[in-house]
Amino acid sequence: MTTGTNPTATVRDVTMRFREHTALDSVTTSFEKDAITGLLGRNGAGKTTLMQLLTGHRVPSAGRVEVFGASPYENDRILRDICFVKEGQRYPEQFRVQDALAAAAMVFPHWDDDLAADLLTDFDLPAKRPVRKLSRGMNSMVGIIIGLASRAPLTLFDEPYLGLDAVARQQFYDRLLADYAEHPRTIVLSTHLIEEIASLLERVLLIDRGRVLLDTDAESLRDSALTVSGPVDKVQAFARQHELLHTESLGGHSRAVVRVGGAADRRAAATHGLTVEPTNLQQLVVAMSLQSPATRGPVRSPLRAAPSEDLEEVS
Amino acid sequence: MNEDAGPIFRQVAAEIENAIVDGSLAEETQAPSSNELAAFHRINPATAAKGLNELVTDGVLYKRRGVGMFVATGAREQLLKRRRSEFADQYIHPLMTEAQKLGISARDLAAMIDDWEGQR
Repeated sequence: MTTGTNPTATVRDVTMRFREHTALDSVTTSFEKDAITGLLGRNGAGKTTLMQLLTGHRVPSAGRVEVFGASPYENDRILRDICFVKEGQRYPEQFRVQDALAAAAMVFPHWDDDLAADLLTDFDLPAKRPVRKLSRGMNSMVGIIIGLASRAPLTLFDEPYLGLDAVARQQFYDRLLADYAEHPRTIVLSTHLIEEIASLLERVLLIDRGRVLLDTDAESLRDSALTVSGPVDKVQAFARQHELLHTESLGGHSRAVVRVGGAADRRAAATHGLTVEPTNLQQLVVAMSLQSPATRGPVRSPLRAAPSEDLEEVS
Repeated sequence: MNEDAGPIFRQVAAEIENAIVDGSLAEETQAPSSNELAAFHRINPATAAKGLNELVTDGVLYKRRGVGMFVATGAREQLLKRRRSEFADQYIHPLMTEAQKLGISARDLAAMIDDWEGQR
């Protein structure tokens, strides 16, 4: 971790098995206090399972999960400080929107009524409509309002925007940022829409097939890879000296995503006569997920990743 | 901020530097806060703060306790000096690389620059 403060949550050597399936495999990580962490990974990577463990919805098969210094499982003192907004959250049949909010207000000690009312207006959500008559997007809005207005010291959003249009998603991001700036808290956001939320993140946790692929701060990650393009032989020569993540070729022209150490590598690429561009978070996450062989161990603090054995990919 | 242009804190710092260089952010005036930058650019406040702190380290901004960040006296001159020293790397190098590809000599280039000056 980059700061000396105690993390909000720690996960130590956690394995989660469901019958034959291992959803999480010896995962060790921590969630920095008052940071927004993006929990990224493909479908079935283990994101939801990890969130269920953090929120005391499950007990790990092995290892230890601690939130605010203790196990969250059946621990009311800790659970009231955690808000988990699940994908496609359901509410009791007879509830109206305002009942769902009133129920949340009773559960969360830091609940802010004014914020909830503001968000209701922002999203143009009918308070008296029964939740069962809400569209998918509107149902997601209820979850988002609860997630934000709870002001829980640990708030987790698991794909919170099923059915939300681009305008509503933007409202969510803006409100999240604004409220987080005023009331810093630990936020974990799992999403497939990496590009949309990349600039909101301070930390990135990428998991793949139950293992940690990346656990780092978003800005060093952006700085840790380059996209170089140019004639095949020149790209190949440059890639040989670095960890190659992904490459594509068309005719005699090639493009490669490589891990680099810093400004010196950048200049080296330019002197090789290559076109050098930064790699955005989404490109990097896709490249790493595609490259990750199941056999490869987790890469912690990835700026010094293991050298790649995948150079043969260049062709 | 541009997600495709490298670390965001560096973009934040560069934007404030630009404002100081072109005079829109005068010396001894207050720079935007990290929360203002975060809301405006839709970025994480910690990232915005990192950009500001980099400028403090460079002596371009300084902190006034409980008030915020201000542009240091002499910041503009300092930035101009640095940019002049980086000019060759950032502009001459790519210019010469492209010129060589096209078979344009340094002498041809000098003539083109004179032409361009003449047309202004």
